[in-house]
Amino acid sequence: MRTTSRPRRAVVAATAVLAASTLLLTACSSSSDKGGSSDANGKITLNIGDFGTFGYVEAGLYDEYMAAHPNITIKYQTVQDGQKYWDALTTHLGSGSGLADIQAVEVGYIAQATNTLGDKFVDLGKTEGINPSNWLDWKSKQATTPSGSMIGLGTDIGPMAICYRTDLFQQAGLPTDREEVGKLWAGDWAKFVAAGQKYQEHAPSGTFFTDSASGLFNAVLSAQPQQYSDASGKLVYKTSPGVKTAWDLAVSASKAKISAGLRQFQDPWNAAVANAKFAAVVCPSWMTSSLSKYGGEAGKGKWDVAAAPVASNWGGAFLTVPKAGKHVKEAAELAAWLTAPEQQAKVFTKVGNLPSTVGGLQQPAVQGAKLEYFNNAPTGQIFAASATSIKPVPIGEQDGNVKTIITDNGILDIEEHGTDPVKAWENVTKLVDDKTSH
Amino acid sequence: MATHVRAEAPPAARSSWRSRLYRFDLKASPYAFIAPFFLCFAAFGLFPLIWTGWLSLHYVDLLKPDVMEWKGFGNYTRLWSNDQFWTALRNTFTIGVISTVPQLLMALGLAHLLNYRMRGRGFFRVAILAPYATSIAAATLVFVQLFNPDYGFINWALDVVGIHPNWYSETWPSQIAISTIVTWRWTGYNALIYLAAMQAVPKDLYEAASLDGASRWQQFTRITIPSIRPTIMFTIIVSTIGATQLFGEPMLFGGGVGVSGGSAHQFQTLSLYMYELGWPSRQLGRASAVAWTMLLILLLIGLAQYLITRYRNRNELGG
Repeated sequence: MRTTSRPRRAVVAATAVLAASTLLLTACSSSSDKGGSSDANGKITLNIGDFGTFGYVEAGLYDEYMAAHPNITIKYQTVQDGQKYWDALTTHLGSGSGLADIQAVEVGYIAQATNTLGDKFVDLGKTEGINPSNWLDWKSKQATTPSGSMIGLGTDIGPMAICYRTDLFQQAGLPTDREEVGKLWAGDWAKFVAAGQKYQEHAPSGTFFTDSASGLFNAVLSAQPQQYSDASGKLVYKTSPGVKTAWDLAVSASKAKISAGLRQFQDPWNAAVANAKFAAVVCPSWMTSSLSKYGGEAGKGKWDVAAAPVASNWGGAFLTVPKAGKHVKEAAELAAWLTAPEQQAKVFTKVGNLPSTVGGLQQPAVQGAKLEYFNNAPTGQIFAASATSIKPVPIGEQDGNVKTIITDNGILDIEEHGTDPVKAWENVTKLVDDKTSH
Repeated sequence: MATHVRAEAPPAARSSWRSRLYRFDLKASPYAFIAPFFLCFAAFGLFPLIWTGWLSLHYVDLLKPDVMEWKGFGNYTRLWSNDQFWTALRNTFTIGVISTVPQLLMALGLAHLLNYRMRGRGFFRVAILAPYATSIAAATLVFVQLFNPDYGFINWALDVVGIHPNWYSETWPSQIAISTIVTWRWTGYNALIYLAAMQAVPKDLYEAASLDGASRWQQFTRITIPSIRPTIMFTIIVSTIGATQLFGEPMLFGGGVGVSGGSAHQFQTLSLYMYELGWPSRQLGRASAVAWTMLLILLLIGLAQYLITRYRNRNELGG
């Protein structure tokens, strides 16, 4: 019995496992294809994946497009967290499955898309009806691969201005009129720091001139002709004059104690906005909504917007069409339509995302836009003027990583722990070397 | 099982199809029932584990996971000489200790109290489990507000004694704040486990002890604790594993600087370090090496706990 039962037991066990696994696998495997295919009547479904607020739903653009194209159904999926969205998108691109027909990409990741993942996307620059020169020059350059194909159509941009509190400026003896305030620092970020020192001399107690030295660093750097990488995409931050200028200014702002030492968009920062703890903040067009949200009723009419010392950009996104999609041609047409000037203006009116096309910026809806919360400042004009004077800058794949380390582990460390700037810079280079070397 | 089958075995003559089917059912069914777990474990547990081990021996770019460059144990030796890794290891250890120890002690005390006869016992038992049912994100958000250095409730209260710690930027305060979130969430859960174990302790032991004049405290230390020792070991092991893998609380507590665990990595845990290497830095190979190192550390801790328990048990049985 014993000798015979052994092998049989093994066979029995194996059969059981096999039977169970068949059951399991059939249960696990997904059966049908999910949308995206066309049926007998030539009807097709286009899937769109994006993050945050692109404003297409809010402005009713999908419905409008579907009404004009009865054979097309648009489905969309929006992820709130941009980082999580990108993590998932890279995985999908790697495996070539799970992709939507149109995928949005944030500007912080666009260099990774153009350099490492360039062959995964359709060259939209060669697609019929799309003219790269419709967009601001620097915007379309950001989405162009080294071999010259344009893989992304610009949606919105984030040109910067300075948002400031007129009540605090007045108490500190600074001008309050937006023209005069702009003149305080026109053309030079160093003048912005100097104005901060002047503010701090007569500052209302407990307030600072600006929110964070890191915010200042980003603003100064994004106006520099050379940032973290050179034209070939190689990391040159250690010797880049742009990085040095921005670092030195940020450090001087921190030393002069004109910065509240906050990290932007964190809870303490939100609280500081609500409690009027800082007087001026470098603000891209999209930041105005954060300021009015956290500032609440108490801050209404107390804020105003002046031009930044030098025009520069922070943020924005693109629409791409992955090659793995089933309806590449129709997807490209839809992406082109969504990013056309008229549609961009509609999105701007609804959610405030600033157009990235030259035509979009000239739309009356944009040019005439005013923000009531910001003392009726003509924000459309201010931001559009800033947008058109931005110069293209080479961006590399590791820029985002380096920026995070410099601002979070360098400048914020100086602000929070009083670390010696020389030591902080050594620390930054050590961390960057470690994270970017194989 | 073999003896069982032998006892049931019918004479050879009557060995029919039916009895074979019966035997098949008896022997195979258990395997069939547990097969789904083990198949899922093989697909989603064992395979990723081995694959991660294989990745940890290579340089792999997150964006191009199919291109691998052989590194041998280079990723591990790099960890050895990396300050940030040691900081993360130290943080994981200190946060683990200051969250696990008070948590389990408080859970023990709570369970003891809930074990008494009292009004609304059912309500209290459900109530202490409420924090466990709260999502990490929701709980952390509330604690972030409480620990706000400038406007938070805690510093407002501490103002009375004249101290004003910065719960984000200073090392110990930030680690204490994170441990508070962990403790808050898990104390009730552990208390319920202890309570279940306590209720299985025979009542006559307590009766006998009280007849002998033992106080409540003596009953607790001499009867309750020894009786539920296996349960205590279990919770210690589970909490240790949880503490080693701590990720969500520090990540969300740190907000934008969560992944790097604060500007000076003051509360970066091993899991966060792994994430920072794997995602923002796109170095999957090195992240995998951290993951495997964490597994090895857990195995070492588990081994140490096992040896201590065995040593104690032997001593007690011998003495």
